[in-house]
Amino acid sequence: MSNVTPETLIQICMGLPLVALVLVVITGKIANLREACTITISSVLFFVTCQLAGHVFSGARPEWSLGDVMMPGFEIAFQVEPLGMLFALVASGLWVLTTIYAIGYMRGHHEINQTRFFACFAIAIFAALAAAFSANLFTLFVMYEVMTVSTYPLVTHHGDEKARNGGRVYLGILLSTSVAFFMLAIAWTWSVAGTLDFTPGGVLAEAFSEGKINAVQLAILFCLFAFGIGKAALMPFHRWLPAAMVAPTPVSALLHAVAVVKVGVFSVLKVAIYIFGIDLIADTHAGDWICYVAAASILLASLVAMTKDNLKARLAYSTISQLAYITLGAAIATEASMLGGGMHIAMHAVGKITLFFCAGAIYVGAHKTNISDMRGLGRTMPFTFGAFLIATISIIGLPPGGGAWSKYFLALGAVDSGKAWLMGTLMVSSLLNIAYLVPIPILAFMAPTKNETDDESHVDGGWKIKEGPLLCVVPLCITAIGSVVLFFFANQIYQWLIPIVQSGH
Amino acid sequence: MTLTEFFGLYNYWIVVFLMMTGFYIVIARRNMIKTVIGLNIFQVSVVLLYVTMGKVTGGTAPIIPPGIAGHSDGEHASSHGSHDAHEVVDHAHQHAADAAEIIYSNPLPSVLMLTAIVVGIATTALALALIVRISEDYGTIEEDEILLMDRRQ
Amino acid sequence: MIEYLHFHLPVLPIVIPLMIAPLCVLLGSRHVANVLSLFACWVTFGLSLLLVSRVCELGEISYFLGGWKPPYGIEYAIDPLNSFLMAMIAGMGAIVLTYSGPSLRDEVPKSKHYLFYSLYLLCMTGLMGMCATGDLFNVFVFLEISSLSTYALISLGKTRRAPLAAFQYLIMGTIGATFLLIGIGLLYQMTGTLNMADIGVQLERYRVAAVIVDGIEGPPHWEGSRTMLVAFAFLTVGLCIKMAVFPLHTWLPNSYTYAPSVVTCFVAATATKVSVYAFIRVVFGIFTPEFAFELLPLDTALWSFSLVGIFVASIAAIYQTNIKRRLAYSSIAQVGYMLLGISMANQDGLTAGIVHMFNHGLIKGALFMVVGCFVLRLGSVQMDDWRGAGKTMPWTSLAWAIGGLGLIGVPVTCGFISKWLLLTAAMEDELYLVAALMLISSLLAVIYVWQVVEVLYFSPPSEKAKKATEAPLIMLVTTYVVVAATLVFGVWTTWSAGLAGDAARFLLQGGAP
Repeated sequence: MSNVTPETLIQICMGLPLVALVLVVITGKIANLREACTITISSVLFFVTCQLAGHVFSGARPEWSLGDVMMPGFEIAFQVEPLGMLFALVASGLWVLTTIYAIGYMRGHHEINQTRFFACFAIAIFAALAAAFSANLFTLFVMYEVMTVSTYPLVTHHGDEKARNGGRVYLGILLSTSVAFFMLAIAWTWSVAGTLDFTPGGVLAEAFSEGKINAVQLAILFCLFAFGIGKAALMPFHRWLPAAMVAPTPVSALLHAVAVVKVGVFSVLKVAIYIFGIDLIADTHAGDWICYVAAASILLASLVAMTKDNLKARLAYSTISQLAYITLGAAIATEASMLGGGMHIAMHAVGKITLFFCAGAIYVGAHKTNISDMRGLGRTMPFTFGAFLIATISIIGLPPGGGAWSKYFLALGAVDSGKAWLMGTLMVSSLLNIAYLVPIPILAFMAPTKNETDDESHVDGGWKIKEGPLLCVVPLCITAIGSVVLFFFANQIYQWLIPIVQSGH
Repeated sequence: MTLTEFFGLYNYWIVVFLMMTGFYIVIARRNMIKTVIGLNIFQVSVVLLYVTMGKVTGGTAPIIPPGIAGHSDGEHASSHGSHDAHEVVDHAHQHAADAAEIIYSNPLPSVLMLTAIVVGIATTALALALIVRISEDYGTIEEDEILLMDRRQ
Repeated sequence: MIEYLHFHLPVLPIVIPLMIAPLCVLLGSRHVANVLSLFACWVTFGLSLLLVSRVCELGEISYFLGGWKPPYGIEYAIDPLNSFLMAMIAGMGAIVLTYSGPSLRDEVPKSKHYLFYSLYLLCMTGLMGMCATGDLFNVFVFLEISSLSTYALISLGKTRRAPLAAFQYLIMGTIGATFLLIGIGLLYQMTGTLNMADIGVQLERYRVAAVIVDGIEGPPHWEGSRTMLVAFAFLTVGLCIKMAVFPLHTWLPNSYTYAPSVVTCFVAATATKVSVYAFIRVVFGIFTPEFAFELLPLDTALWSFSLVGIFVASIAAIYQTNIKRRLAYSSIAQVGYMLLGISMANQDGLTAGIVHMFNHGLIKGALFMVVGCFVLRLGSVQMDDWRGAGKTMPWTSLAWAIGGLGLIGVPVTCGFISKWLLLTAAMEDELYLVAALMLISSLLAVIYVWQVVEVLYFSPPSEKAKKATEAPLIMLVTTYVVVAATLVFGVWTTWSAGLAGDAARFLLQGGAP
């Protein structure tokens, strides 16, 4: 592999999901072959992404563009920098696990239209990688929308009334925010700055100093971006996320814990760092409004999560809350907060995907969706709930969970920027996290089952282990371990991400 | 604008009058045949407009008199013997001078109108054919009644 | 031989269908007519592609009909703009005709097939001619050729409403064409010529240099401009009727709804666009943008009518249960986008307007082709009967979804390219309100497209949908060719947006034909 240039690696990275798409469609009739293809390609993709990461983290910035295929000024071009690389690494790594998990889940659940499922999955991963590698806002927007559309069939997979309504909210909110705000913001940026390229230090600083745009307009533009990137699920445009939970669990897991929502917050970070520039936001206080909105989102979503009895709905609101952390990181605009936001993409992804995997495993293994029905379930599904507990720790931000570091940096950033009240918000939010997540494993392990006496699994004073399918349990254990490993690995990620904030100076 | 000027433009007044009459009939009449008649009047007014603008005061029909046409033909001239070539050339010059004095009307608008009339006829024929089919299908050619029938369905 | 071909290239795409059309009638056999017309269409398409490449290579090409030099003779002036459009028309014409077979047998009595082919070719002749010619009166003649054949084509529809729709269109269309004729007459009266380039030059005589008061340049001024104003008004209104600009659009929904599916495919993809082209020519080639947009407030008028039209027509589309009518209203809205771009009269806006003519032609053609497939198998254009057809006709339904995404303007489809260009042009002109309204209006497209998608995929199948089978292969393949084109031109835009950009540059440099 050493003789392959990073440029070629980019092409391979984005090409592989498309190859997977074609193979899945061709081999659709033979389920085993189809799934073998997906697993092989996703593994190869992860390997290739790691190769590329080696180059990028050691300082290379490989570029590749589609040439003069598009109009001048608006070209599909790719350039890999550490933040995007980290995101791509997370997305492709978790794709492998999700694929394995999805096979177990879909088969265990006898889902229909599995070919369409795997095909759309591949397109979504393609869009995630392309968005991660994008060199300008135009490319990012194109891929953002490709992802919206390609995930619609996944969300509405069941094809019934509920799926239709969920899909309607999903597509409605994501499309309308992106068209009405995001696209407008991009065009505005273009007309002011004359370029859409992601440039270290931002492209708007010059326009600001020339007086083409004033501080208030910058703040409005930042709002347009923050709300326009509907996938970041900032309140009040968060409704699509709970609505998308009608999808099969693997979809919720990968897309609504990793790919879709992370494309959202990734875009917000990318815009903040490479379009506005950290200094510009800090100097003009362009992000202040969004700070309030994000802080409110964090708290409100946590409060709503506490009221939800459906596990997936609770996780969805938890996601909204956690995403707002990252948006907050972008809005605070200090080095530490940006780094914290970037790290949180990885930390939260691994943690949250574990939780969703668990939710799916519980559904397949015990056919339970409501938290109140899960009393004592931990005794029959120890691995699942053990993983759940570990992931919970990471999401809350307690050591030894990876989330501890990212939240630490976010808090550091809040203090740096002189917004001490944000510290309070983060603290309260952590307490709320404990309040709505910890009871679930506690309930499962400690509480007696509802009807202890006639429970079949209660044999001879011990507990018969009755987990979900093996293909479901193994991935969730791996990701749970991963979220702990990330705690010890955090310094490495920190080192990787350092260039993105330094290049601005 | 003096009265003479006003009436001097009588052609145009007729054109405008016909145009508006035709246009009004098209808009106001709900009977299809009458609509087509209105359309025809409308189109004819345009024909008049073109013909009017082609007219040059004192101009005659734009046809070259036969004498000039014959003699100015180079081939015809050379067919005469060389001895009277001089005379022929003189003759031709004479006729050319005559030709310059004749004022012709502009023939182009009239030619254009030939095309427009053909288009008009085609339109009318097609419209009438459509009306025949409508009357076969609906049993009436009053637009209001037809709309009513369609709505009732 | 090749030289001969190259020399006569500008006129061949018009002459070939024109010659074959009567042949179809004379031979009177539907099989022969089918083969002949297919041949004519594909040859025309090939020639127009050749023409595009020649124009790219050599620049503008002039062809004098019968060797008579302009301004006395008729000139065919081929430039980046019209060669581009001619290729689109011929391409759509050829592909729709290839597609037509099964649908035609279903909807039009066999005895009338040879007439259909003849009319179809005539319609194509008219549209191609309107693009190619540099002579204003010739524009009128070709307009009438295409219009008359369109009326007749529409009246071939199955229901008794078809002749009625054709008649209503005929009345409106003839008024429009006659307005055009009046405008042409008045221009001729002023300039004594019919050649568009020449008229443009002659009108220059009336132009008075702008008055400069206190260093501020006053508005441009035209001496004796009353006739010019009247001519301009007649031409604009006449063409607006043919373009179906709101509020002059009333003829369009019925015509598109009741015409045979194949006719709707072709007409919806091409006819209004050619009128938009003629409009561009009149505004930019004959009258200058200065005259139209600075002296007269045509830009304000256009964009306000366009925006109102976009909203009204899009909202009307949402309430239609007849899918053809739904798409017809959408067409009215989409014409609004084209005019919006044109009214900005800058490089990006004009490019957007021109490229949207092309893109929308593809998208609407594709969608109507999908409708044709459904009509063949379900025998209905009512949304209720389409319920659940996604299960029995998966490929056709998928084509609708992809085409619909193009209509909405989602990235990677060509609809996005036009929307994006339009947006950046509006921002450049600091028309923020227009930009915002345009974006919001495009959300209405989401509603009227997605309602149908939901009906196809999420509703329990209707009786008709249960029995339906996938559309015939030839129709599916041709539909997918067009659908694929909407995707290809959404990514590979050097050809579409690039050529449109060239055309816009050409027009803005005072490009007379």
